[in-house]
Amino acid sequence: MRTDLELIYDWVPQGAHVLDLACGDGILLERLAQEKGVTGYGLEIDPDGITQCVARGVNVIEHNLDDGLGSFCDNSYDQVIMPQALQALRRPDKMLDEMLRVAEEGIITFPNFAYWRHRIHLGLRGYMPVSKSLPHAWYDTPNIHLSTFNDFEHLCKEKGLVIVDRAVGVGDHKGHWTSKWWPNLFGEIAIFRVRRRP
Amino acid sequence: MPDSDTLAYDDRPADSVGLVTPHVVKFDTPLPLACGKTLPEYELIYETYGTLNAERSNAVLICHALSGHHHAAGYHTAEDRKPGWWDAHIGPGKSIDTNRFFVVSLNNLGGCHGSTGPVSHNPDTGRQWGPDFPVVTVSDWVTSQARLADHLGIERWAAAVGGSLGGMQVLQWTITYPERVANAVVIAATPRLSAQNIAFNEVARQAIRSDPEFFDGWYAEHDTVPKRGLKLARMVGHITYLSEDAMGSKFGRDLRSDDLNFGFDVEFQVESYLRYQVDTFSTAFDANTYLLMTKALDYFDPAANCDGDLACALAPAQCPFLIVSFTTDWRFPPSRSRELVDALTRAGKSVSYANIESPHGHDAFLLPEPRYQALFSAFMGRVAREQHIDAAGAEETR
Repeated sequence: MRTDLELIYDWVPQGAHVLDLACGDGILLERLAQEKGVTGYGLEIDPDGITQCVARGVNVIEHNLDDGLGSFCDNSYDQVIMPQALQALRRPDKMLDEMLRVAEEGIITFPNFAYWRHRIHLGLRGYMPVSKSLPHAWYDTPNIHLSTFNDFEHLCKEKGLVIVDRAVGVGDHKGHWTSKWWPNLFGEIAIFRVRRRP
Repeated sequence: MPDSDTLAYDDRPADSVGLVTPHVVKFDTPLPLACGKTLPEYELIYETYGTLNAERSNAVLICHALSGHHHAAGYHTAEDRKPGWWDAHIGPGKSIDTNRFFVVSLNNLGGCHGSTGPVSHNPDTGRQWGPDFPVVTVSDWVTSQARLADHLGIERWAAAVGGSLGGMQVLQWTITYPERVANAVVIAATPRLSAQNIAFNEVARQAIRSDPEFFDGWYAEHDTVPKRGLKLARMVGHITYLSEDAMGSKFGRDLRSDDLNFGFDVEFQVESYLRYQVDTFSTAFDANTYLLMTKALDYFDPAANCDGDLACALAPAQCPFLIVSFTTDWRFPPSRSRELVDALTRAGKSVSYANIESPHGHDAFLLPEPRYQALFSAFMGRVAREQHIDAAGAEETR
């Protein structure tokens, strides 16, 4: 499983009812169901991902996240998870509101644009960064709202959200001590657990 | 234990169930209907494909749509030009893999292909049922299908599967007999008809009923058939089954000859196509059956028992659902399937949903399409794994 998914896995409590936005091939939901008794649904837009979920027996609903979560009731889930989709949404801020309308807690992961390798790409070489976490060229990337640890924390502050947990993914490993102390520079993947202020 | 209908047939394509023979079963236990009347006795015609396993755990029910019937796959004779109506999805190695599953497909009550319906003999009057045949509902069909399952010794379907009106029967199964359905596949369906859907049905009914040859439904006794009405009804229906794009790309504004002839004969290719499509239908299909089937569609509304709350209506359901819609279906558009999906998630049911890109409108559910087939196969493959159904033994039927 991808590093960020491993971290999310740890943060989902036993028996939780979750909504997984952009659930991909359903591997996370499958493991959560089998090993932690987690229930819920994945939302996905990619046809192959949907077929793989169905083959695994993971509940998946074809859904464009840019349409919001209007069909899901307030507080109907324990957690809403959104791995690696924030940066591809038309309005990431509105989605954050939606996630925390549907559940009390949200887990979000996204590529950190301020990662040192990205900075070298842009700052020294003068090119838009292309990396493992940002594999696309500037002209065909689905990632239209790139942000950093600092940006996301700032948005949470503006919205009055509580950051319960923050983790860092670098390459295939969970964060090194450098990325723990200076995530905005050494963290490749940002992973946040946020809550509504009580 | 019922045997497979699949006969040895050397010329058949490798993924066909081959030659099949329908069976008829007579039921003597009266069937109380939603309309208040009772059918004292009735027959159901059905076909089966594949082999029922010793545990009787691999049976799949196929529910047919408006003008469908029991002949879903394979051929009745070696000379048949066309296979059954869902041959694209039923057969060895297909989405509903007859190497694994024992497939049961019947003609519903009120039909005109061999099950008791308006063209059958009414034991009370000694004449044909004709328009006296009671209006049957989706619930009535499901009750009669459950009796067929009893007859075949099938306690629980590994899956109930249907498109359009067939999908509505599957939904009803999960509500009426939740413990008897292990999985439900609902394709291109809707939890209830819209006013526009009912309006189209009413146009079809008026077309039939206003045909002078209709004789209030007693046309058989006048040795005639309301062909013109039935043709019009089918034409209207057919237009709603296709998408604007499909019609446009198939016919555009193409003319049959080079010039306009400033008359009312067939000029555009689409007119010719429509007339051709409905010609055979008007002699092969019974007008009273058509009226009954459209009524069954109109009346279907499981949420009505729950003050319009579909999630509440679906509360009894226990099985995982696969809901499928098609992007260009405007008869039962994706939004209607999504309504169903949202009700199921609200009710906390296990459900997956896919909206398949297709240019073919409502008819897409009948056709092969790679993504549709991959998804359908993935779901049925999981059904097989979950029910511990393997393909062993199936090879013996080949």
